[in-house]
Amino acid sequence: MRKFVTEKGLVLPLDRANVDTDYIIPKQFLKSIKRTGFGKNLFDEARYLDKGLPDQECTGRPLNPDFVANQPRYKGASILLARENFGCGSSREHAPWALDDYGIRCIIAPSYADIFFNNCVKNGILLIVLDEKIVDQMFRETEATPGYTLSVDLAAQTLTKSDGSVIKFDVETSRKHILLNGLDDIGLTMQHADAIKTFEQQHQLKAPWLFG
Amino acid sequence: MASMTLYDKLWNSHLVRELDNGTSLIYIDLHFLHEVTSPQAFEGLRLASRKPWRAKANMATPDHNVPTTTSERSRGVEGIVDPVSRIQVKFLDDNCKEFGIEEFEIDDHRHGIVHVIGPEQGRTLPGMTIVCGDSHTSTHGALGSLAHGIGTSEVEHVLATQCLVQKKARNMLVKVNGSLKPGVTAKDVILAIIGKIGTAGGTGYTIEFGGDVIKSLSVEGRMTVCNMAIEAGARAGLVAVDEKTISYLHGRPFAPKGAQWEQAAAYWRTLVSDADASFDAVVELEGGDIVPQVSWGTSPEMVAPVTGHVPDPASASSEAKKGNYQQALKYMGLSAGTPIQQIKLDRVFIGSCTNSRIEDLRAAAAVVKGRTVAANIKEALVVPGSGLVKAQAEKEGLDQVFKAAGLQWREPGCSMCLAMNADQLEPGEHCASTSNRNFEGRQGFGGRTHLVSPAMAAAAAVFGHFVDIRDVKLL
Ligand code: SF4
Repeated sequence: MRKFVTEKGLVLPLDRANVDTDYIIPKQFLKSIKRTGFGKNLFDEARYLDKGLPDQECTGRPLNPDFVANQPRYKGASILLARENFGCGSSREHAPWALDDYGIRCIIAPSYADIFFNNCVKNGILLIVLDEKIVDQMFRETEATPGYTLSVDLAAQTLTKSDGSVIKFDVETSRKHILLNGLDDIGLTMQHADAIKTFEQQHQLKAPWLFG
Repeated sequence: MASMTLYDKLWNSHLVRELDNGTSLIYIDLHFLHEVTSPQAFEGLRLASRKPWRAKANMATPDHNVPTTTSERSRGVEGIVDPVSRIQVKFLDDNCKEFGIEEFEIDDHRHGIVHVIGPEQGRTLPGMTIVCGDSHTSTHGALGSLAHGIGTSEVEHVLATQCLVQKKARNMLVKVNGSLKPGVTAKDVILAIIGKIGTAGGTGYTIEFGGDVIKSLSVEGRMTVCNMAIEAGARAGLVAVDEKTISYLHGRPFAPKGAQWEQAAAYWRTLVSDADASFDAVVELEGGDIVPQVSWGTSPEMVAPVTGHVPDPASASSEAKKGNYQQALKYMGLSAGTPIQQIKLDRVFIGSCTNSRIEDLRAAAAVVKGRTVAANIKEALVVPGSGLVKAQAEKEGLDQVFKAAGLQWREPGCSMCLAMNADQLEPGEHCASTSNRNFEGRQGFGGRTHLVSPAMAAAAAVFGHFVDIRDVKLL
């Protein structure tokens, strides 16, 4: 997995609560058997005015001028600022794949849905949880300041604004470790293969019907 | 030993090892796969030259992307007209063959929505840990198993290691007391719960559903409730094992037999929360207060009683909520104060892993019997959850009842629940749907979903608008 160490980037504010995974990547794009190429269909229904089809070239499609990501000032953003319960709904990992493919490396929100949270960690995307008031403040600052950027330092657990002020954030030690080192978690679990085998044998003795 | 909740017991009995960072390695007994979230996981295995840890602990079926018309389905995989869908279904077939995983293929008579066929086959058993690359895996918790959805990376992880790295959730008890009024169903109960606690109310928790109302529900009704635990933000929903659970499973193809059955059933009877177990959060509802529910917005928490009105955003409890309400009303093309029963409808969908089992179809058929689909309804689909549900319904003549009333009788699959196949709403259309999500675009680009129970959807089909099912006489 790719590492996440630091990121300095433009902030894209998506002012909408309960953004669900259907909104992040509509289902017609889930027909793909690949992991890549979803970025052009990120937020497809909000981003374009027509209905998107899988395998369609997106460059000529009519853009929704009201959709925030279509404003030139947010082009190239790598940090997404979002509202509560971001990523609710289905377990589709296509949602983080689409965010990643679009170039989003880090998300800041007051809360996330938890399957989505896990899926992001598996893809090297850092999710930062901040108090709603701080997020509110950041929305105001982003909207008021064209070119608003933030610097994220995972090791130090800090967000630095361009005026030099610093916000600390919490991150679980295990997730931090995995992200900083870009660890392959199947490989990590395989280090416990003996424990899994031992468990399995005892489990089978207790509940043989599970192994019929 | 300290008293434990059902969730604690299930967790402890699958704990392989506590890792030093607050997470644990949890053993997974059963893994369901479908065509949409598995291809990249199989590819990952191949790239790393890994094999499934225990192939027999997996079971697959294509459901999300399959067509539901008999003309397409009569020709198996090759009959799938959409080439992209066909490739995905074929990929699942090929991957299952390559890795030695049992699959109910598209033309198998036992094929169906993964969350319907698991319990139906007795694959889902109490006390198991169950995962699937699908958030509605929570359904299986109705049988006292710890079941939740995972992403594709975790699908690969479970295939390779039979384990997941997990952080234990907190315990929540949602107690529905008393009894339900006639006409009020499991679907109304779960919609009312989500309306009360919100779509993030269960985040970080495993919810155990209890109380007299839950006890009185059939096992299928409990599946409807647990199915939508995820819509309340909880990864997993649970119902304690009782004699109904055990008799539901008796004789199912994959359920244990003979002496093993006795041994298993004895163990399953212990799968209840201890009387004095403590929960981190408790929510109580009075069953008698629950009125048939209809969702009016774009989130499952946006529900109203069928006797109510579309709410005024000004009445929202916070500024953020107010904005959400306004957004939802705009998308839904509704104005505040509109009586729920006056919302104009275009289509009806009866199906999905929430409500496509035989009891759901019976309830819907009872309402449409002797009536016909209203003139303003362009299409009303009935999509059974599995081939076996379909066969049973046909044995009981329910298909004839639906067809006589002008509803379409389809082949099993997810269908218009997520509209990945051809079953989709047109922009702006309103649909009375028995599925679980009313997100923007969920049932088709620009489509507008109203979540209801099967009986309420059936009534909407024949009356052309929502009606209070409690006032509808069965003919
Ligand atoms: S019926 Fe709907 S919710 Fe259930 S598995 Fe299929 S798509 Fe998901």
